[in-house]
Amino acid sequence: MGSQGGFYQSKEFLDLVKSIGEARSKAEEDRIVLSEIETLKRRISEPDIPKRKMKEYIIRLVYVEMLGHDASFGYIHAVKMTHDDSLLVKRTGYLAVTLFLNEDHDLIILIVNTIQKDLKSDNYLVVCAALNAVCKLINEETIPAVLPQIVELLAHPKEAVRKKAIVALHRFYQKSPSSVSHLVSNFRKRLCDNDPGVMGATLCPLFDLITNDVNSYKDLVISFVSILKQVAERRLPKAYDYHQMPAPFIQIKLLKILALLGSGDKQASENMYTVVGDIFRKCDSSSNIGNAVLYECICCVSSIYPNPKLLESAADAISRFLKSDSHNLKYMGIDALGRLIKISPEIAEQHQLAVIDCLEDPDDTLKRKTFELLYKMTKSTNVEVIVDRMIDYMISINDNHYKTEIASRCVELAEQFAPSNQWFIQTMNKVFEHAGDLVNIKVAHNLMRLIAEGFGEDDNTADSQLRSSAVESYLHILGEPKLPSVFLQVICWVLGEYGTADGKYSASYITGKLCDVAEAYSNDETVKAYAVTALMKIYAFEIAAGRKVDMLPEVGFQALDYKFILCKCILIAVFDVVDYLHLLQRAYELQAVIGLDAHAVESIMPADASCEDIEVDKALSFLNGYIQESIEKGAQPYIPESERSGMLNISNFRNQDHHEASSHGLRFEAYELPKQTVQARIPPASLASTELVPVPEPMYPRESYQTTTVPSVSSDAASTELKLRLDGVQKKWGRQTHFPSTSTSNSTSQKTVNGITQVDGSNTANSRTRETYDSRKQVEISPEKQKLAASLFGGPSKTEKKSATGHKSSKPSSHMVKSHAPKSSMEVASEKTSPVQQPPDLLDFGEPTVKTTAPSLDPFKHLEGLLEPTTQVSSAVNHSSTAAVTKSPDIMGLYTETPAGAHHKDNDILSGLSNPPMTNMVGGTTAMQVAQSSKGPNLKDSLEKDALVRQMGVTPSSQNPNLFKDLLG
Amino acid sequence: MGIRFILMVNKQGQTRLAQYYEWLTLEERRALEGEIVRKCLARNEQQCSFVEHRNYKIVYRRYASLFFLVGVDNDENELAILEFIHLLVETMDRHFGNVCELDIMFHLEKAHFMLEEMVMNGCIVETSKANILTPEMVMNGCIVETSNANILTPVQLLEKTS
Repeated sequence: MGSQGGFYQSKEFLDLVKSIGEARSKAEEDRIVLSEIETLKRRISEPDIPKRKMKEYIIRLVYVEMLGHDASFGYIHAVKMTHDDSLLVKRTGYLAVTLFLNEDHDLIILIVNTIQKDLKSDNYLVVCAALNAVCKLINEETIPAVLPQIVELLAHPKEAVRKKAIVALHRFYQKSPSSVSHLVSNFRKRLCDNDPGVMGATLCPLFDLITNDVNSYKDLVISFVSILKQVAERRLPKAYDYHQMPAPFIQIKLLKILALLGSGDKQASENMYTVVGDIFRKCDSSSNIGNAVLYECICCVSSIYPNPKLLESAADAISRFLKSDSHNLKYMGIDALGRLIKISPEIAEQHQLAVIDCLEDPDDTLKRKTFELLYKMTKSTNVEVIVDRMIDYMISINDNHYKTEIASRCVELAEQFAPSNQWFIQTMNKVFEHAGDLVNIKVAHNLMRLIAEGFGEDDNTADSQLRSSAVESYLHILGEPKLPSVFLQVICWVLGEYGTADGKYSASYITGKLCDVAEAYSNDETVKAYAVTALMKIYAFEIAAGRKVDMLPEVGFQALDYKFILCKCILIAVFDVVDYLHLLQRAYELQAVIGLDAHAVESIMPADASCEDIEVDKALSFLNGYIQESIEKGAQPYIPESERSGMLNISNFRNQDHHEASSHGLRFEAYELPKQTVQARIPPASLASTELVPVPEPMYPRESYQTTTVPSVSSDAASTELKLRLDGVQKKWGRQTHFPSTSTSNSTSQKTVNGITQVDGSNTANSRTRETYDSRKQVEISPEKQKLAASLFGGPSKTEKKSATGHKSSKPSSHMVKSHAPKSSMEVASEKTSPVQQPPDLLDFGEPTVKTTAPSLDPFKHLEGLLEPTTQVSSAVNHSSTAAVTKSPDIMGLYTETPAGAHHKDNDILSGLSNPPMTNMVGGTTAMQVAQSSKGPNLKDSLEKDALVRQMGVTPSSQNPNLFKDLLG
Repeated sequence: MGIRFILMVNKQGQTRLAQYYEWLTLEERRALEGEIVRKCLARNEQQCSFVEHRNYKIVYRRYASLFFLVGVDNDENELAILEFIHLLVETMDRHFGNVCELDIMFHLEKAHFMLEEMVMNGCIVETSKANILTPEMVMNGCIVETSNANILTPVQLLEKTS
C-alpha cells in the first residue's frame, strides 16, 4: 500500500475529465468518449503497464460505461486488477468489476477464486473489499464456494467485516433461501452484536425474514422494543446521530419491523405502545429527519393493534404535515392519512380542504398521492365524485403506466360501489373510451359478465334495465370515430346478446350497426370475429322467434367475406393464421345457421344462454378408475408439487447438512443436490406398496396440504381482513373494545373539525377571534371547493351543521394550543382523555405501561435471551456492550469532531491531495454542523477552488459559464 | 431491496456517478437515466422531491449543479431517503471539504467507496460518518493500525507521534 496511494493523476486523465465536464451536448460527450475508447483500446493492452497507470485506465473505463458506451474490451483487465497486492488497486479492481459485470457473466468464474483467497486475508480491508464483491457477483451456483468462509467471518473481530458478512448472507438468502436456510439463526445472533453498525445492518435481513414469516419472530418483539428504546434514549455512540436525532435510520428500520410484528396482534402491539409513544414525543418536527421518523411512527401505529392515545398523536402529526408549506411534508401527510383512515375513517374529515388543495395542486406527484388517498377512502356515498375526478385526470395524462393503473382503479371502484347501473355503464364506457387499449382484457370480460349476470340480486327487471341501458349507450357511442379494440369487443358482444332483447331496436338496425363496425375496423380481426358472432346471434334469435330475416346487402357481403379471408390465410400462411381461421369458421357458421329452420336454430343458439354454468370437474374424478388400474399395475402415484419440494425436503436437507459439515470442511452444493433428490426419492420407491398406496385418489394429497395450512390461514385472517375494506375493519376493531372510545373521540373530533379545517396553522387565539377568522376564511374558500369537499367527505347538510357548531365551546381551541406545544401535549391529552375513556380502554392502556416498565429496567437481559444456550458468551457480550455504551461516546465524540471543516485546502493540487486528512487534523475541531452551514456560497472556499481548477488547466471560459458558476458558488 | 439505484447527474443531465443495485444492461441504464433525468430536472423547487416512475419512486435532491437521484421501492420512507442523500453529501463534504461536481469527477472511485460503505445490496447499512470514512483513511495511510485491531483516530495518532 503506497503512502501516496492514488493521488497520482496524469495530465491525460485530467484532460479527459475536463473535456467531459465541458461537453455542452450529448453528441459532444459521445464524441469524446468514442475517441477515449480508441485510446484505451490501444493503451490498455500494452505490456508492462505500471499499476498506477492501470488503475487510471480502469477508472477511465468506468467513465466510458457510465456515459453509456460499451467497455467490455477492458473487463478482463479489471478482473486482473483484483489480483493486485496493493489494497487501493485491488479495491478499485473490485469496484470496476462490480460495476461492469452481472452475476452471470463468464468472467465471474475467474473472480471467485480471488474472492476466496481475499476472504482469508489478514488485512480486514481486503476482506471487506472481497465481501463487497460477494454481495454483487456471487450467484446461486457460486454461493457454496464462499459460504463457509462467510459464516466464519460472522465472528470476525472487526465489526466492519461482521457487518458485511451479514449483508452477504442476506444477499444469499434473497438469491436462494434454501442455500442458507440452516444459517438463519445467525441473523438473530448478530442482532445482539455489541457494535451498533452490525446490529443496524442485521435489521435488513430480519425485516425480510419477518415479512415472509411473521409468526416465527414474535419472540423478538421484546428485543426490538428494547433496542428501539435504547436508541431513542441516545445510548448509541454519538457518531450515529444525524441532525441531533439518535440513529434515525436504525429507528426507522426498527419501526418498520415493529409494524410487521404488531399487525393484527394485540399482545405484541401492547409491548410497543410505550416506546412508540416516547418517540412521538421526542421527535423534532422541525427537521426533515425528525419528520421522517414521525412518519414511520404513524405507519407503525396504523399497522399495529390500535391504541387510542397513539392514534391521537398520529393524527396530530398528520395535521402538522398537511398544514406545512413544504410539498414534501404534504405528500407524506397524504400518504400517512391514507394509512390511518383504515383504522379511524373520521380523521379524514378534519383535513378535507388540505386534501382538496393537494388534489388541485399542479405538482403531479402530490396529485397522484392524493388520488391514492381518495381511492382508499371511497365509499358508496362519494364514489361518483371520486371516480369522475379520476377519469378526468386519467384523460389528462400521457404516462401509460399510470394511466393503466388509474383505469383499473376506476373499474375496481365502479364495480364495488356503483350507485346505479346507469352510472356504472357510463363510467365503464368512459374508461374504455379513453384507456381502452391499456385496460386488462379481464376487465372487459368482467364487464360482459356483469351485464350478463346482473348485480346478483334476483331482480330480473333491474337486470334487463341494465342491459337495455347498456345497449342504448353503446349504440350511441358507436358514432364516435375511433374506439379501442377491447371496447368494441364488449360492444359487439352486448349488442349480439341483448341488442334486440327488449324489442326497442329492430334486428335490421342492430345488424346494420354491427356491419358498420366490422367494416370500419376491418384491420382488427378480433373485432371482426366478435361482430360476425354477434350477427349470428341476432339472426339466430330472429329465426327462432319465427320472424323472417331480411339479409341486408352488406350483411351478405360481410358473411360471405370468407373467400377473401381464405385467400388471406393462404397468403399469410403461417403468421397469425389462427385469427383468420377463427373468422373464417365464424363466417361459415353464420352462413350455415341462417339456412336452418327455427327449431334447430333455437337448440343451437338459445337466447340469453351466456350465464348458464358449465360444470368442470376439477378433481378429474372420472379418471379415478383409470388411475386405480394403473397403480395396481405398478405405476407411481402422483405427488403434488407442493409436497415434492415442500418443507419435508428442506428439513431433510438440513439434517443432511449437519452430518456433512462435521465430516469435511469445504462443501459445494453442486455435489449435494443429487444426493438430496435421491434421498427424497428412495422412500416412495421402496415404500410405495405400504405407505402411498392407500392414497388412491389424486385429491388426497391436496386435501392434506390444505389441512396443514388451515391454521395459519385462520390466524392470518385478521391481518388479511384489515386490508380488505374500510367498513369491515371499523366493525372489527369497533365492536369488541373500541366502539365506545371511538364514539367519544368522534364527538371531540367533530368539534375540532372547524378549528382545523378552516384555519391554517397559526391560530392560538381564543375561540371567539378564531370564529371571525373562520368566517372570513370561509369566504375565501371558493364555493366550488366546498362543494367538492362536501361531496367527498360527507353530504352538504353535514358541513353546514359543522359550521353551525364551530363556536360550540373552548375545547377546540385548547386542542389547537395543544398541538402548538408538543412537549406538554401528551400529558394534557392523557388528562383529557382518560376520564372520558371507557373502563376497557383504561385497562388496555394500563397494561402495556406496567408491562414495559419492568423490561426497561435492564434491556440487556432481553438481548441475553436471544442468544442460544451459550450463556457464557452472551454474558461476555453483555459486559463488553455495556462497556461500549459507557465508553464509546467519548471516542466517537472525538471522532465526529475531527475532519469536518477542512478549510485548509491547499493551492497546490498534488500536495493538497496527497495529505488532506493531515490538514484536516490541524484545522479540524469544527463540528459537522459547521460544515453543513458553510455549504453554499463561501467566498474563501470558492476562491481556493477556483485556483485549484485553474491549476488543473481548466479555465472558466465564457463558453460554459453555468458550469463554473455553479461549481464555484 | 429498498434502494434500486443511486445516480448523480449534473443539471445538463450528464451522469456523474451511477450505482445500480439490480442488474440492468447498458441500454436499459441509458434509457432509464434519460427518462428519469428528464422528469426530475423539469421540476421546480416548490414541488415534491419525489417522483413516481413505473413501479418505483425517485427521491432527488439538488446541490448547486448536482442532482442526487435515488430510486427506491414503493414502501420506502421517502423523507428518510431524502435525508440519506444529505448524509451522503455531508460525508463527502467531510472528506473532500465543500465537495463539488469536480471532486466527484476527479475522485470517482472514492465517491464509490463511500457509497459502498453506506449502501450494500440496496440497504442502508452504515450511517456513522466516522465508520464510512475509516477505510478511505486507512487506504491513504493516514491511520496506522495496530495488531490489536483498534483503529486509532487521527487525533490519537497525533498524540502518539508528538
